[in-house]
Amino acid sequence: MSTRYFGKSVRRNEDPRLLTGRALFVDDLQLPGMLHLAFLRSDFAHARIHSIDYSEALGLPGVVAAFDAAALGEYWKPGPLLVPPPPVEGAVFSARTQVPLARGKVRHQGEPIVVVVAESRYLAEDALDSIIVEMESLPAAVDLEEALAPGAPLIHEDLDSNLAAHVTQRKGDFDSAAKNADLVVGRRFLYDRGASAAIENRGIVAHWDERAQHLTVWDTTQAPIPIRNGLAGLLGLSESQVRVIAPFIGGGFGPKIMMFYPEEVVAPWIAMRLKRPVKWIEDRQENFFATTQERGQVHDSELAVTREGQILGVKDVFLHDNGAYNPYGLTVPINSQCTLLGPYRVPHYHSEFRAVFTNKTIVTPVRGAGRQHGVFVMERLLDLAARELGLDRAEIRRRNLLRPDEFPHNHQIIFQDFAPLTYDSGNYEPCLDKALEMIDYHRFVSQEQPQLRSQGKCVGVGVVCYVEGTGIGPYEGARVTVEPDGGVSLATGVGTQGQGHFTVFAQIVAEALGVEVHKVRVVTGDTGAFHWGTGTFASRGAVVAGSACHAAVLEVRRKILRLASGILEVSEEDLELADGAVRVKGVPGSALGLGELALKANPLRGAVAPGTEPGLEATAYFGPSSGSTANGVHAMIVEVDAETLMVKIQRYVVVHDCGRVINPLILEGQIEGGVAHGIGNAFYEQLIYDGEGQLLNGSFMDYLLPTSTDVPRIESGHLETPSPLNPLGVKGAGEAGAIPVGALFAQALEDALSPEGVEILEIPLSPNRLFELLEEARSR
Amino acid sequence: MKPAPFEYHAPETLEEALELLARFGEEATLLAGGQSLVPTMNFRLAQPAVLVDLNRVQELFYLEPGEGGSLRIGAMTRQVTVERSSLVRERSPLLFQTMPCIAHPQIRNRGTIGGSLAHADPSAELPAVLAALEGRLLLQGPQGQRWVDTREFYTGMFATDRQPDELLREVEIPAWPASSGWDFQELARRHGDYALVGVAAVVGLDSNRRCRRARLTYLSVGDGVVEGRRAAESLQGRVCNGEQLAEAARLAAHEDVDPLEDMHASVAYKRRLVEVLTGRALANAVARAREGSAPG
Repeated sequence: MSTRYFGKSVRRNEDPRLLTGRALFVDDLQLPGMLHLAFLRSDFAHARIHSIDYSEALGLPGVVAAFDAAALGEYWKPGPLLVPPPPVEGAVFSARTQVPLARGKVRHQGEPIVVVVAESRYLAEDALDSIIVEMESLPAAVDLEEALAPGAPLIHEDLDSNLAAHVTQRKGDFDSAAKNADLVVGRRFLYDRGASAAIENRGIVAHWDERAQHLTVWDTTQAPIPIRNGLAGLLGLSESQVRVIAPFIGGGFGPKIMMFYPEEVVAPWIAMRLKRPVKWIEDRQENFFATTQERGQVHDSELAVTREGQILGVKDVFLHDNGAYNPYGLTVPINSQCTLLGPYRVPHYHSEFRAVFTNKTIVTPVRGAGRQHGVFVMERLLDLAARELGLDRAEIRRRNLLRPDEFPHNHQIIFQDFAPLTYDSGNYEPCLDKALEMIDYHRFVSQEQPQLRSQGKCVGVGVVCYVEGTGIGPYEGARVTVEPDGGVSLATGVGTQGQGHFTVFAQIVAEALGVEVHKVRVVTGDTGAFHWGTGTFASRGAVVAGSACHAAVLEVRRKILRLASGILEVSEEDLELADGAVRVKGVPGSALGLGELALKANPLRGAVAPGTEPGLEATAYFGPSSGSTANGVHAMIVEVDAETLMVKIQRYVVVHDCGRVINPLILEGQIEGGVAHGIGNAFYEQLIYDGEGQLLNGSFMDYLLPTSTDVPRIESGHLETPSPLNPLGVKGAGEAGAIPVGALFAQALEDALSPEGVEILEIPLSPNRLFELLEEARSR
Repeated sequence: MKPAPFEYHAPETLEEALELLARFGEEATLLAGGQSLVPTMNFRLAQPAVLVDLNRVQELFYLEPGEGGSLRIGAMTRQVTVERSSLVRERSPLLFQTMPCIAHPQIRNRGTIGGSLAHADPSAELPAVLAALEGRLLLQGPQGQRWVDTREFYTGMFATDRQPDELLREVEIPAWPASSGWDFQELARRHGDYALVGVAAVVGLDSNRRCRRARLTYLSVGDGVVEGRRAAESLQGRVCNGEQLAEAARLAAHEDVDPLEDMHASVAYKRRLVEVLTGRALANAVARAREGSAPG
């Protein structure tokens, strides 16, 4: 189909505002009489609270109030279980959710205990120093295996152990598959946690209008509508009395959707109680403790294959680090479980995990949301099998890829959206071929690498595949309105954190109405403008909200054609929409501007006939039956300095298939940002805890994010296999770039160091860790 | 991340600054470029009662030729000024090579020579380089001024010989030694990070191309500037061939330095880096000395 805007690299509508500093972020709000919050947070990872005394703080200059758990009275209660466990037979699950302010004990470092309200943030922080909390330090449960061992310190004392969940999913019979296998390879794999490190930390401003009896909350949330609904319930207000606005947000990546963060519960309550606006802006130090994190897992895994490298089955038994509470249920480990299968045909699968409470910051999805681990385990197992069988790494993958005629492909296990894990569509082999071709894999392996090695250079190549379930339900909505000025307004409920929603949603609308993209004014994340929907997560914005925009604009288009057909006295089939007007095909002089038409649709005289509506406006919803499956292949060439173990990425190739592409420019940005995130996870970022659960590197001085000098130029290629599950044929792309990078680093570095016999079974890596692995290999 | 309350003074002359130091003594902390102090205050790790801001003391901003080929740098001279100075390039090529290795341009725009030297961070480049150059520091107090050699100035981690009523006024770098080559090497996880290990090398050759004298100084491998004495001595009077340099590098790694483990590098890895970087730095320094490449 020929398009004007859909599929084009349209420049972003939002950029002029963002680049000139005119976009509203939460911290930009300055309301008259506004007070500032500061939280006293626990220095201990695990401790009993004996007493709290903030009386001195109350007497300090500028301090207006202070509250601890007891002072919150009946308002104090643990947060809701955001995602209940999926219906897996025999699953064990204990929910223990976070609390607004710690009561009785603290379960992770940085857990808030007291909130101080003052005339400025400076004064509020000064007052924190005067608060006396008598605490008794308790041994901490930090390591996953030790946390489950008998006698481990109990984090939730009403439970028998720190076991939060135990879930087994099976397909076929792995044990008999293993018996018939020519080769079974098995290893233990580690994946450690990092911070999401969005450029903007969290923040909230709450304003209670006593006369209007109305609460407005500006919140850096990815899910403004559920936050509004939840807050209304907690505060005893009707949903229409609460408006939550998620304005421009500097990156979400998952942790900005967590119902509820303590600060999100406490700030509106204080605003209502004190009848003054309050503001809390998380600082970077707090962010390292108080914003959710991800990725701690330990896998014991086996792969059974034939001599030809055909996969017979996989067994994976793993531990998942929940952190201190588990409001997000099982989303992350279920994703690990499901994503492990990748683009491959796996007839027999046994996957079993235990989720574990630890005295660390809460774990919720972070860009990839457990998928990294699954991909890492599967890709590493394939590499090990290839080595044992003397097969090429690309070839063993090719032999196991699902073929185009095998879709939809039901893996017979339950996915995070509670539906059976079913791949809607895909065409995997061309993706692999394209990546191999782009990085010139075969020439590198057969010519370049041996030549460079003979010159003493330590170079390696990696190629890994992955599949990503994206675009899950339940639904999103959108309202499209043609305005009298000829512009078009579009409102949708999802929040936006930099993805380019103001452009891609506008492209969908512009395409259908024949208006220019910049004429479409998009509002997202304001419950005052649209209040049905869930939020931005699981790479679902374009798929679900995009499809809702599409449905709404088609209805508006129908209204335009119907009205214009009457006015111009021609049949609808003879009309076309272009240049912001509707006109008789081939008769440019007949053009009727959309603004003019919008006025005619809202007449001052005459009746609106029953069954019709005024205006050129429509609201529509879209809910996919299940997620759509994107996939891709990443390939990389690395050089390692054999003396210092410093690593340089020589080339990085991404071939990606997320169905039909709405805006290639924005997609590239998503992919490149994801890869940068993945490089951080793989080689730079690691939250290092000691045995007491103390974070040792909670600042950007010691916690290393990759910078522009560490992220290489990324060469990307795209294939388009449209999803049959939505009218646009799109699949999600927000997380893809980050998912396979750990597996790729491990493979490419292992290849580079293969003359030394190094085996890499863990992420993150570092030059220091490579040095240790090398020394170990040499001493064997 | 807001600093605790403090009293703030912004003297405009050296005399006023010294008066404030005399008045507040140990309660006072000097603010130069603020690139270490301000974050430390925001974390409330440092809570000075009184801040004496030197940024308006014009007498401390200068970079000029000294006698006999030496170089004089006022303590408040911004690092970027040194980095871009043709005089520094001519008179102290090792310092010139090192400047871009210090953190990031934004930090060098604000950061000062004196601030970094007086802060005495064991992972800072400037103290090690000043030691390699055998520079000296001019301290000014109420009783007058005194010169201190770099080696005597540093007394431990974040500790110097500066008294509470003194301030660092000037740094002097002696004339570049004849027939000498130099190099600075450091490795960081990311460009601009604190180095895992860094080394400055100066090697002087005699007319027979034997090592007349060598100096090696290290950062990030101890509680201050660490000198590679045994490594340097092993080169004395020798022809600096590959074997000899490798032996010096080995001595440096295993006898001279005593690194502490940190979260980014084990002791063994640091020793490895010392050995590798020493080898590289010596090879480059010797090559430059042989070229007779005059500074500049």
